[in-house]
Amino acid sequence: MSEHNQQLILEGQHDENQYLTFMMAGEEYGMNILAVQEIRGWEDVTAIPNSPSFVKGAINLRGTIVPIIDLRLRFGIADNEYGPLTVVIVVAVEINGQQKVMGIVVDAVSDVYSISEEQAKDVPDFQDSDNAEFVHGLVNVGEKMVVLLNLESVLNLE
Amino acid sequence: MKKILAVDDSASMRQMVGFTLKKAGFEVVEAKDGSEALGIAKQQSFDAVISDVNMPVMDGITLIKELRTLPSYKFTPLLMLTTESGLDKKTEGKAAGATGWIVKPFNPDQLLAVLKKVIR
Amino acid sequence: MSIDLSQFFEVFFEESLEGLDAMEAELLNLDPGNEDMETINTIFRAAHSIKGGSGTFGFTSVSDFTHVLETLLDQIRDGQRALTAEHVNLLLKSVDCLRGMLAALQSEQEPDLTEADEIRKRFEVILGFSEDTNSCNSDIEETKSENTYQIDFKPHPHLFKTGNEPLYMISELAELGELETQAFYDALPDIDSLHSEECFLAWRFFLTTTKPESAISEIFEWVEDDADIDIVLCGGLFESDLSDDENNTHQTPVLATNEIQAERPVSETQASAPITINTSAVKKAEPKKSSDSSVTSIRVGIDKVDSLINMVGELVITQAMLSQIGEQEITESTITALQEGLAQLAHNTRDLQENVMRIRMLPISFVFSRFPRLVRDTSQKLNKQVELKLLGEQTELDKTVMEKISDPMVHLVRNSLDHGLETPEQRVASGKDPVGTVTLNAFHQGGNIVIEIMDDGQGLNTEKIRDKAIANGLIQDTDELSSDEINELIFMPGFSTADEVSDISGRGVGMDVVRRNIQALNGSVEVASAPGVGSTFTIRLPLTLAILDGQLVKVAQHTYIIPLISIVESLQIDISKVSRVGKDLDVLRLRDEYIPILRLYDIFNHGGAIEELDKTLLVVVESDNHKVGLLVDDLLAQQQVVIKSLEANYQKVDGISGATILGDGRVSLIIDISGLIKLSGLKRPGSQDLIVEQNAVGGAA
Repeated sequence: MSEHNQQLILEGQHDENQYLTFMMAGEEYGMNILAVQEIRGWEDVTAIPNSPSFVKGAINLRGTIVPIIDLRLRFGIADNEYGPLTVVIVVAVEINGQQKVMGIVVDAVSDVYSISEEQAKDVPDFQDSDNAEFVHGLVNVGEKMVVLLNLESVLNLE
Repeated sequence: MKKILAVDDSASMRQMVGFTLKKAGFEVVEAKDGSEALGIAKQQSFDAVISDVNMPVMDGITLIKELRTLPSYKFTPLLMLTTESGLDKKTEGKAAGATGWIVKPFNPDQLLAVLKKVIR
Repeated sequence: MSIDLSQFFEVFFEESLEGLDAMEAELLNLDPGNEDMETINTIFRAAHSIKGGSGTFGFTSVSDFTHVLETLLDQIRDGQRALTAEHVNLLLKSVDCLRGMLAALQSEQEPDLTEADEIRKRFEVILGFSEDTNSCNSDIEETKSENTYQIDFKPHPHLFKTGNEPLYMISELAELGELETQAFYDALPDIDSLHSEECFLAWRFFLTTTKPESAISEIFEWVEDDADIDIVLCGGLFESDLSDDENNTHQTPVLATNEIQAERPVSETQASAPITINTSAVKKAEPKKSSDSSVTSIRVGIDKVDSLINMVGELVITQAMLSQIGEQEITESTITALQEGLAQLAHNTRDLQENVMRIRMLPISFVFSRFPRLVRDTSQKLNKQVELKLLGEQTELDKTVMEKISDPMVHLVRNSLDHGLETPEQRVASGKDPVGTVTLNAFHQGGNIVIEIMDDGQGLNTEKIRDKAIANGLIQDTDELSSDEINELIFMPGFSTADEVSDISGRGVGMDVVRRNIQALNGSVEVASAPGVGSTFTIRLPLTLAILDGQLVKVAQHTYIIPLISIVESLQIDISKVSRVGKDLDVLRLRDEYIPILRLYDIFNHGGAIEELDKTLLVVVESDNHKVGLLVDDLLAQQQVVIKSLEANYQKVDGISGATILGDGRVSLIIDISGLIKLSGLKRPGSQDLIVEQNAVGGAA
């Protein structure tokens, strides 16, 4: 993490939210850092029978059973070989009134940015219109474009 | 610190009374019926006793009667907790030697106001 | 000072609900006309406590309602009124009503008062009047003008023995306004004959205050009978001439004394005026989940706590020993010591586990206690005479299991009363005692608790069940079923043999829901019956929900767990005994039964498993009286596993009941046998029909 961004975390202003970003299929995605519980390397999962392909299985997180979702498959993109950079981001979100802890497999973790509410703009016709509900909005950070994830929607498996 | 014996068969009442009195700076010992209270009273000395009337094993009025026979409790303020419908209980209580009464339901402030009449 | 009373609410609710249980139990014991005074007193005290507490903590709806109960009970215990069966029934109804009100208040909702008001009106009719609640609403108000009162206060000699302290009274007077005091010592005897315990002093006060006279008399309220008190309103005049012999008062207008008398009720009710404790303003951090009405605390006997402390002590010792060994060099002897230490650790852990489980265990009497009332009410409604026997009340089971088994048990008992037991006339006609018996029996067997619900009624009508099942399309006319298998049909969804839909035991949604609820607890329910003799429902439940004895099995490269309790046997398949039925179902002939073979790898869609039957193993399991065989690659170890929820963070998975964490830290899924059978699409799990199909196909091998 760059010093600049460490600075940002310390100075985080009230109307700004901090986002953890990661890479997936060449795009940079972001999620609210408050949802992030921890980041783990990829480890073997236990398969859950008859589950959708993007549900890789379940792991033991200090005594709790946590399902792991492959984000590429969730977005309908062909999945990757898992390599040494592959990480699992463990998040806690509220789905249908219940608190759930789940893991998301991504290609690599990127950075932490401070983004204000106004900066996150909704773009109605997003390129992958099937995945529109998974996306909260787009934001420019420097010269980059970060896609803000709607975690509650991504992880709502019903 | 003055010490008060609080007697009531209802745990929630004991807790409320105990908490209120402790907050006001009194030391409190609780008992759940007259017999337990009498035993405690014989072993320790108290500056006042607050007791419910309707309790199993030994009721409040009998407790007061018994306490008054003990030399160390001859002048101790003994207060009864009574409900509105127990007006005649007050007469009975006084006859047994009660100092006064607090009417249920009461809130913590009322408890302390009444207590001020006999112990400071 | 303001004290947050809400911290006492939970205790109040708990003790009140317990009090209601006690009231109910005692009410059921009452025999009107022959009542035991101690029983009446216990019932009175319970109502009295609830009334007092609810008033104190601001639950006025409850205290108002309980007031009439208390009044009636008071009259009965004083002998003013005779107890009748109507009273008992009304009081029982009030108990139910209060339970509902308290439950609502406990989940921070407003109770529905319609039933309460109705019951209260009936009480008022019995009591013969509508109680005038002391509605004197006087607060001590400031009067507009300032008045001066002359107060004569002469305590009787024994006043000190009442515990009252004149000094405090005087200082209270002083708080009301401007006070002038004159003391009289003339009654004091000589030093020699002075009794230090008696009061010979008297006072005259002049108090100038804006407060009304009632405020003054309130100060002396307690000693009215122990002193001579006169309060006179002066027109501001001082009566400063006092002669020595005006000891025992002066000319007190009779009015004054009467005023004091009249003031008395006022000052009492002032103390009891409704207090608005803002229960709504007290917001709890998280809203209570109102769906689970169970109390969130548990009482634990101190012996259990002591036991635990001992266990932990031993655990600490073992740990110290192990770490000491660990610090030594690894030699053969240290390894042996280590192994011994680990065995010790296993022993300690097992003990600790058992003891901790025991904390959540409560005697089943908590559930059994519902039934005397239920049986009484229901049998009355049905005009049947029933005696209830409770056996094994002290048998312990897990608190949560107990809470969840209560409703299914109620349903089964209601069913026995409704369909099982005959009317007195029918019973006499068949040579039985007109009073039927329902017996609840609980005991431990293996790692389970067994609850039997027995009745000596007419037993299950096998013919009727068979006919109904055919009519509902559950079985076919040509199906041959044993009477046990026919009886099992009552647990199928959509089944009912009730001639009319009775609202006692429901419209046939009952039995299958009962079974499902029991299965959700990892338990089972079965029925045994003999016509004309009676029926017995047997419920089996694990002693705890959290732990399972499991058989680890390998399916492809995955490890699954099969609950040991459901395993009948495991075997290698004899290919010659396997036949194909229909399109794709293989069955194994095992002695005289035909076991359908379920290929787990197929049902779970796992590739890479061994498919040849002669190279795999079959685990024969039983669920709901149906036997099936699960095909696995291999059998692994047996171990006790802690059940973890898969649903908590994911969702319900068909065929899987939960998950666990194995010794190597990996997650392993636990198979839900009955769910698996459903998932497999096995339509008619009864083995008998297979024989029929078998024969149709062309005979067994």
